[in-house]
Amino acid sequence: MNILVLLRMVADVVEELEIAADGKSLALESLRMILSESDGHALEEALLLKERYGGQVTVVALDAPEVDDVLFASLAKGADRATKVTGAETGLTSRGMAHIFSQVIATAASLKPADLILTGTQAIDDLDGLVAPLVAHFLRLPFVPIVVQVAVEKSGSMATVVKEYPGGVRGEFEVRLPAVLGIQAAEKPPRYVPVAKVRAAAKAHKIECLPVPSQLEPLFVEVLQMMKPEVAGHAEMLEGPAEKIAGKVCEILAARGLV
Amino acid sequence: MPTSVNLGPVPGWAILWLVFLVAVGLFAWRVVFLLRLLRLGQPENRLDHIPARLRRLLVYVFGQLRLLDEPLVGIPHVLIFYGFVVFLMATTGMILQGLLPGLRIPTVEQSRYLAPVVDIFAVLVLGGLAVSSFRRFVLRPAGLQLTVDATLVNVLIASLMVTYLLAEGFRLVGQSAGAGLWLPVGSWLAGLFQSSAPLRAGALTFHRLFWWMHVLIVLFFLAYLPYSKHLHLLAAPFSVFFSRLDPPGRLPGLAREGSRPGAERLEEFTWRQLLSALACAECGRCERVCPSNQCGEPCSPRQLIHNLKEQLLRYGPALLAKARAAPGDGEPALIGGLIAPAELWTCTTCLACVDRCPVFNEHLSITVDLRRRLLERGEIDRRLEEALRNLTRYGNSFGQSERKRAVWTQGLDFKPKDVRKEPAEWLWYQGEYACYHPALQGMTRSLARVLRAAELDFGILYEAERNSGNDARRVGEEGLFELLREKNAATLQSARFNNLFSTDPHVYNTLKNEYPDLNHGRHPVYHYTELLADLFERGRLKVAHKLPYRVTYHDPCYLGRYNGVYQAPRAVLKALGVDLKEMPRSHRNSFCCGGGGGRVWMEEIGEPHSRPSESRVREAAGVDGVQTLVVACPKDYVMFSDALKTTGLEGRLAVKDLTELVAEALGLESGAPVSATPKPQAA
Amino acid sequence: MAGNIWVLAEQWRGQVSELTYEVLALGSEVATALGLKLQVVLLGHKVKSLADTLGKADSVLYVDHPALEEPTAETQSSALAQLVKELQPQSVLIPLTNITLGVGTLVSAQLQLPGINFCRDLRVVDGRLQAHCVLYGGKMEVLVTALREPAILGISPGARPAEKGRVAQAPAVEEVTVTLPEAPPVRFKKYIEPEAGGVDITKQDVLVAVGRGIQGQDNMTLAEELAQALGGAVCGSRPVIDQGWLPLARQVGKSGLTVKPKLYLAAGISGAPEHVEGMKNADLIIAVNTDPQAPIFNLAHYGIAGDVLEILPVLTQEVRKTILKKAG
Repeated sequence: MNILVLLRMVADVVEELEIAADGKSLALESLRMILSESDGHALEEALLLKERYGGQVTVVALDAPEVDDVLFASLAKGADRATKVTGAETGLTSRGMAHIFSQVIATAASLKPADLILTGTQAIDDLDGLVAPLVAHFLRLPFVPIVVQVAVEKSGSMATVVKEYPGGVRGEFEVRLPAVLGIQAAEKPPRYVPVAKVRAAAKAHKIECLPVPSQLEPLFVEVLQMMKPEVAGHAEMLEGPAEKIAGKVCEILAARGLV
Repeated sequence: MPTSVNLGPVPGWAILWLVFLVAVGLFAWRVVFLLRLLRLGQPENRLDHIPARLRRLLVYVFGQLRLLDEPLVGIPHVLIFYGFVVFLMATTGMILQGLLPGLRIPTVEQSRYLAPVVDIFAVLVLGGLAVSSFRRFVLRPAGLQLTVDATLVNVLIASLMVTYLLAEGFRLVGQSAGAGLWLPVGSWLAGLFQSSAPLRAGALTFHRLFWWMHVLIVLFFLAYLPYSKHLHLLAAPFSVFFSRLDPPGRLPGLAREGSRPGAERLEEFTWRQLLSALACAECGRCERVCPSNQCGEPCSPRQLIHNLKEQLLRYGPALLAKARAAPGDGEPALIGGLIAPAELWTCTTCLACVDRCPVFNEHLSITVDLRRRLLERGEIDRRLEEALRNLTRYGNSFGQSERKRAVWTQGLDFKPKDVRKEPAEWLWYQGEYACYHPALQGMTRSLARVLRAAELDFGILYEAERNSGNDARRVGEEGLFELLREKNAATLQSARFNNLFSTDPHVYNTLKNEYPDLNHGRHPVYHYTELLADLFERGRLKVAHKLPYRVTYHDPCYLGRYNGVYQAPRAVLKALGVDLKEMPRSHRNSFCCGGGGGRVWMEEIGEPHSRPSESRVREAAGVDGVQTLVVACPKDYVMFSDALKTTGLEGRLAVKDLTELVAEALGLESGAPVSATPKPQAA
Repeated sequence: MAGNIWVLAEQWRGQVSELTYEVLALGSEVATALGLKLQVVLLGHKVKSLADTLGKADSVLYVDHPALEEPTAETQSSALAQLVKELQPQSVLIPLTNITLGVGTLVSAQLQLPGINFCRDLRVVDGRLQAHCVLYGGKMEVLVTALREPAILGISPGARPAEKGRVAQAPAVEEVTVTLPEAPPVRFKKYIEPEAGGVDITKQDVLVAVGRGIQGQDNMTLAEELAQALGGAVCGSRPVIDQGWLPLARQVGKSGLTVKPKLYLAAGISGAPEHVEGMKNADLIIAVNTDPQAPIFNLAHYGIAGDVLEILPVLTQEVRKTILKKAG
């Protein structure tokens, strides 16, 4: 089985996000990039599938700060190859990135043929579209979002996937391969990889660099302004030692007949 | 001569030779086998600093120093030990005389000075055995096993003493009193025998009988020794001689750069680690002082060593045989087999076991090596994973931005020097708990004010300070430790300062012992209590009003047991005027709070009946009249504060960091103006 | 026909989602502001009766096709794209839940149209639509405009109250046809229901919700005791269910259940949008969290900046005392 995993770096919200001077984008000085959470699950799912069915896992990412660490960590976790697309302009939207991914997958010999393309179902900055369905559309492949489980048939031409619905309900779908899956959660939590292994991977492997394709997707949306969220309201904070707080809470509950 | 008794046509000395050769042969064969097992292990140079090693041998083997930690059994053991030394000489003489009758070898029995010693020691040893047997079989302390082996050894030693005395007694029958040597016990026995006609008549026969019994038992013991736990007799001097001279706060790193971290297969341990298995006397001291074990958790240092021994004896022979065959399978996995992961994760790395072990076994390095393997396989709990990921990415286990490391300074009315930009005499490496933990930030500010009151030239690294890596290393993430150390070393290299101190004993330990360019280089590393003690001594800090409290002090593991700093905090407390009452377990015997070794990052394992921190606060509350438990480590503060709540002792006892008391005594409340020395009273 | 404001109705298992009504309310405002009509697109099989509840709109475009009975993102987007291409609306508003995730993006890609996600509000400025979107898990907001029309807008929960999208009268229904592939590459097989038994948290008056702040399975008893004292049940946010500390049936949030209890006590929950979605309409929200900056405090009525492990047992005790006092 040949699995491609598309990884994206997004702003790390642990840091304070600030607005840049242009008023429309994030200030770069306070920004750190981190792997999008569900992309991490996509990688884990790919590795689990490889363990189950054999084959190869290739991770693909667009060049961004700290992406090399992520790629080497992926290799250390068990991915076979890592590819980075360089030369893309900054400030790309999800749609632009999806377009780049698709063109690269369609043209790069080293990435063919893929039976499965996995990526996170959604990222925190998917303003103008989700990467998974966009890639599926550009490559004319079937697509299923919010996937939490994948089973591949022996023939390798079909997969059974489980999608999450509201209320804890799940749905089983049959997908013809090759296909694009938007992964919500891997079947096991993303594995820990010791720092030593990542550093060893950095020494042992090279990241393949591919140039960004010249033809870019035009922009369909325009950001007029970026602002910090206005806090509509705030809770009334209860202060004091625990007993006092508990007393106040009981008063509040009693007033509403809850206790 | 007893050996002149012939059994039929076979002369006595011939029988003796036969038995002797068989016994020595069996002994030698087994010892060679054990040595070959040790050679399965990785090489390690333990032949450096020979004088220091000889000193250790003198103090700990001949001085029996660690045995005396538990005087009830320590004193009997000293007697038995020296009894053995004495008897070694006596019995050797006896046997040689028996083997080479014509040679007239002078024996101890004939020596005017040594004979009485042996005589008396036989009784002393019996006395010691009585006490130790009473302890083992009646009192049954934890960690001491009732095995066939232990019982047999006790019986053998006792019978050796008894047969010696009886042989001696019967030999003296017939010798006129006053003739020859002063042998109080032997003479007394002779007197007893004298009074019985049949005994008197057969005295020579009985003497020969008991002589032969003694020698045969000794030779049996010799052959049996390397199969029993009594092997420690032979192995202990070597295990002590080859013990680790490095400070315990410096863990061994990777054998070579890029080699696989940790150990799990027998051949991956060093020969000295394997020797721990053979030298262990199964005394259980380690287990009795282990805080996790005392609270019902699965951790047992004794069991760890024992299981390593089992693994070695069971599967070592196959490995020896296969040395020519293909490597690989044959040895079942140690972790998950004889050793459960829970046993490894519950260790707090407090060092009590290592510190107590009379044969200097290396429980800690074995535990960490096994942890390294578990971590390599990713078999760690989720909370620990998260802490490690945060450490790697943000330089702190809280998962907060690096940029927030110096947020604690915002409550101060001055800005500490930024050592990244300007030089300072003292660099204050705060540690992540002091910086990020909401309950501790106030204390960190207090210390800053105290230091300013002393007009100390200090600075901090602000956002460039990262976790020092002490606990990452101890959970087995050696790669992360190296990464942190590299980054921190680079930061420290570019900063200009003379001395370094830390608020956190864990940070102090690793910077002092595991960052080669620091302490041994140009920058001595101290704990803040050492700095404060010095400031008080030099009069740079003056107490505005003495504190009228009765307190007790908890010695942090990484400050006390690991690095020997006991006096400095106490000197500070003295300067503050508090009434210090020690807990039963203080100084070297301090009882760990349960937070070290990465335990603060892990879920609780197993079903402990209490936590070490709870046991400790109860101990503190049990000291008469004590209102305050003083700590000098941020993790202690957090662990004990929690324990006060869960034990319901909140009203009875308070936990305070030494900083808080110093600030109070100096009259520095938060926000109060800072002055270096009290203004002189107006005349 | 051309130039109307469209809302895609989310129907699933015979019900129209709450969010659809929120979006209807929003769509109605936008339509009025632009002087356009509001139409609802209802996709499904034999669900025409659901159109009766969609009276906020001027009319309903109903597409009935067997392939739309258990819809995949592909069939939904294919049907919608055909309609958009043929009927040329001014804008298309799609409620963003697990049921429709991906549909908006696919339609926008297939038709080379702008797609905008995470819209919390829409405004008409100078005759053009501006979308107010929330990104980065709620930490930053942007004002966005589409560079072409129609735009496919994904609407997040919380834009308008659902009641405003509900009206008594039924709208006119127009049946439209689409062509869908016979053998689609993605085929629905079956549903997997969450384990039954235990408590239905949607029917509870009191819920004690735990998040990561509970720190471990062993501490769950603290929450259970409080829930018991208050006569309610325990539920949790996604991380707690992922860890296996609570079963799936107790999950509150985007992929879990939506609850409206009289009391929602959020213990150790940070307040991520995916969770808030599921409980924001609770009558009384009290939150406990060690981080005073946690987003949950923007939503809660009362907040306690403290450690859950410390507060819960004390609270349980106090509740029990209060109950005894009342009884005695």
